[in-house]
Amino acid sequence: MQEILGKYSKEKSNLIQILNEVQEYYGYIPENAQVEISEYLSITMAQIYGVITFYSRFTLKPRGKYHIAVCLGTACYVKGSEKILDRAKEKLGIDVGETTKDGKFSLEATRCIGACGLAPVFTVNEEVYGKATVKTLDEAIDKIMENPE
Amino acid sequence: MKTLEEINKIREEKRKELDLRINTSADTREKHILVCHGTGCTSSKSTQIIENFRKIIEEKNIENVRVIQTGCFGLCAKGPIVIIRPEDVFYAMVTPNDCEEIIEKHIQNGEIVQRLLCKDIDNKTVQKLDELNFYKKQKRIALKNCGVIDPENIEEYIAFDGYKALEKVLFHMTPDEVIEEISASGLRGRGGAGFPTGRKWLFTKMAEGDQKYVVCNADEGDPGAFMDRSILEGDPHCVVEAMMIAGYSVGANKGYIYVRAEYPIAVKRFQKAIDSAREYGILGKNIWNSGFDFDLEVRLGAGAFVCGEETALLESIEGKRGQPRLKPPFPANEGLFGKPTLINNVETYANITKIILNGAKWYSSIGTEKSKGTKVFALGGNVNNTGLVEVPMGTTLREIVYDIGGGIPNGRDFKAAQTGGPSGGCIPKEHLDTPIDYESLQAIGSMMGSGGLIVMDDTKCMVNLAKFYLGFTVDESCGKCTPCRIGTKRMLEMLEKITEGNGQKGDIEKLENLAVNIKAASVCGLGQSAPNPVLSTIKYFREEYREHIDFKECKAGECKALMKLSIDPELCRGCGLCKRNCPVDAISGEVKQTHIIDQEKCIKCGTCITKCPFHAIKG
Repeated sequence: MQEILGKYSKEKSNLIQILNEVQEYYGYIPENAQVEISEYLSITMAQIYGVITFYSRFTLKPRGKYHIAVCLGTACYVKGSEKILDRAKEKLGIDVGETTKDGKFSLEATRCIGACGLAPVFTVNEEVYGKATVKTLDEAIDKIMENPE
Repeated sequence: MKTLEEINKIREEKRKELDLRINTSADTREKHILVCHGTGCTSSKSTQIIENFRKIIEEKNIENVRVIQTGCFGLCAKGPIVIIRPEDVFYAMVTPNDCEEIIEKHIQNGEIVQRLLCKDIDNKTVQKLDELNFYKKQKRIALKNCGVIDPENIEEYIAFDGYKALEKVLFHMTPDEVIEEISASGLRGRGGAGFPTGRKWLFTKMAEGDQKYVVCNADEGDPGAFMDRSILEGDPHCVVEAMMIAGYSVGANKGYIYVRAEYPIAVKRFQKAIDSAREYGILGKNIWNSGFDFDLEVRLGAGAFVCGEETALLESIEGKRGQPRLKPPFPANEGLFGKPTLINNVETYANITKIILNGAKWYSSIGTEKSKGTKVFALGGNVNNTGLVEVPMGTTLREIVYDIGGGIPNGRDFKAAQTGGPSGGCIPKEHLDTPIDYESLQAIGSMMGSGGLIVMDDTKCMVNLAKFYLGFTVDESCGKCTPCRIGTKRMLEMLEKITEGNGQKGDIEKLENLAVNIKAASVCGLGQSAPNPVLSTIKYFREEYREHIDFKECKAGECKALMKLSIDPELCRGCGLCKRNCPVDAISGEVKQTHIIDQEKCIKCGTCITKCPFHAIKG
């Protein structure tokens, strides 16, 4: 935490930059990080909470080990990504924004990741699956489930 | 640090060295392998392709060959794309395993790898990029360097007239002359609203203040649009240079670029561009002894569509919740940190250096009477050639969809195209010949928008589309003003009711009434334009709304609650494609006999409808 904060001056306008780094590092924004940011930038906890909940990139809960994000941008939507999302919900038994009990999978519906030429698209962590179908998703999830590590 | 003389020398030398990039008859023994390294191609392993090429070249100890990562070539549907210069041979859908063959056959033996050449829509095999129909009607100004230079190498940018416009402005033009030139060019804001750029610059220049700022809006939130991303990924320096020119003209010495954090490649390349410009003494204090100071900083967005609205964007740069401010005062007078601020979109900036170098007269000779220059569109949806296209203003939608886009796949019919994303409207078949410019699009109930252009075929339900966009705006409404926060939610509920088969008479009128009120009463552009997709779909597809409400029927087969899939025995040939693709095994039937759908098992996903080559399955 100190390392991240050390990169920035105490100007209040650095809040979002810092939150972005914290989100990147921990996968979510833990409460004690919020306390440290609050002290460092002299911004109240309430204001920080307000900013975190305003932006969809920031989360207050940890993500699963495998984070599945189905793109619901227009290009993907037109090419049927909603069906992929529905299938993911059904298969994992969780809703968008949730994490499975074993902490293995989490699911997100994102807006355009900019790979519209490959629509429909979903990602598992950093890997992009383009021109995807319900079957591609099934296979990707099954592969992870079969190989525990 | 480099002096101006040194920069000019680099330009001269590098330009000779890189002549083969744009000149097919360049006198050289060198070959350049250009690999697209934009987000689309990177997602299909273009990084691996670059590594493989480099490895093979090293192993085989081949001389005079360089592998270069470039920005987007545009034809994303055929990615990853590899181009060999100077002969300009274009390979499509290359995989990392193809690298060896390309090197052995093409580079070492001068033999073209036929199987990797691209097939055009008319099934002709094409060897050169500009022989493709996709490129014939395009005119690249904003995207001039995309796909030509290595975006992470400042010297390649300098070679192709980079930072020459800055030199011209700093030493041969006064700020007023620059603004006059931009005004005369007729350039208008490419973010969507189309405000004259020159006038915006003038207002910021005239505003009083000890400190002024220049901001670049790269918060490309329209889902399905990726023009700005491609410019930042393919030619980041042209935005740096244009922001400096803007800074000189309005009297600002500090610039911010606000980029979506979802665009990691664009962020990285832009940051790199800033760093190398500093290193070369192009950004910093007293640039080239001209007395002009300028520096730039990247700010990341964090996933909020409303931050594309200029005042919300300023709030976000200040580290706050991105809620729009009331206007006036306009940013030109009270913007970032309360100081006069100029905000332009990425694509607007991408035109600036070309206008300065080629003159306003040249620029204004392109386009229509009131909309000058070109516009970049991200072409997506149900169209063969998805990708990035740049066309002169006034090109018709038909030309973009059919000539450039190659028409609708799977033998389907064009139903509508959406421009302007969630703020725009749909354009139906009867308006296919509308020339694309700000006024014409507005006249038919759509808008230019930032450049997303989504094509839809006849399997798309327009009520469902309106619902999709409303769902988006409800999610993204910042909640500051009531008409947008509550109004859009009420509209969404009505659309949900209709698509679930519970629509009642009078719902269409209620939707229209609410839409008009939300447009009139919302604080910012998001709310004021949120009802547009509903209004335009009602305008052109009222019948479809009626079918949903009166007959509980969705002919396109997208509204699941209204759907009961069946196979037409007249049309079914028993090919079995539907059966094989059904994810829940609900379809049965023998080969060459009519297949049957088990309604109990069917989850109404519609996969069979899209797969059936004979259009035998009806929803």
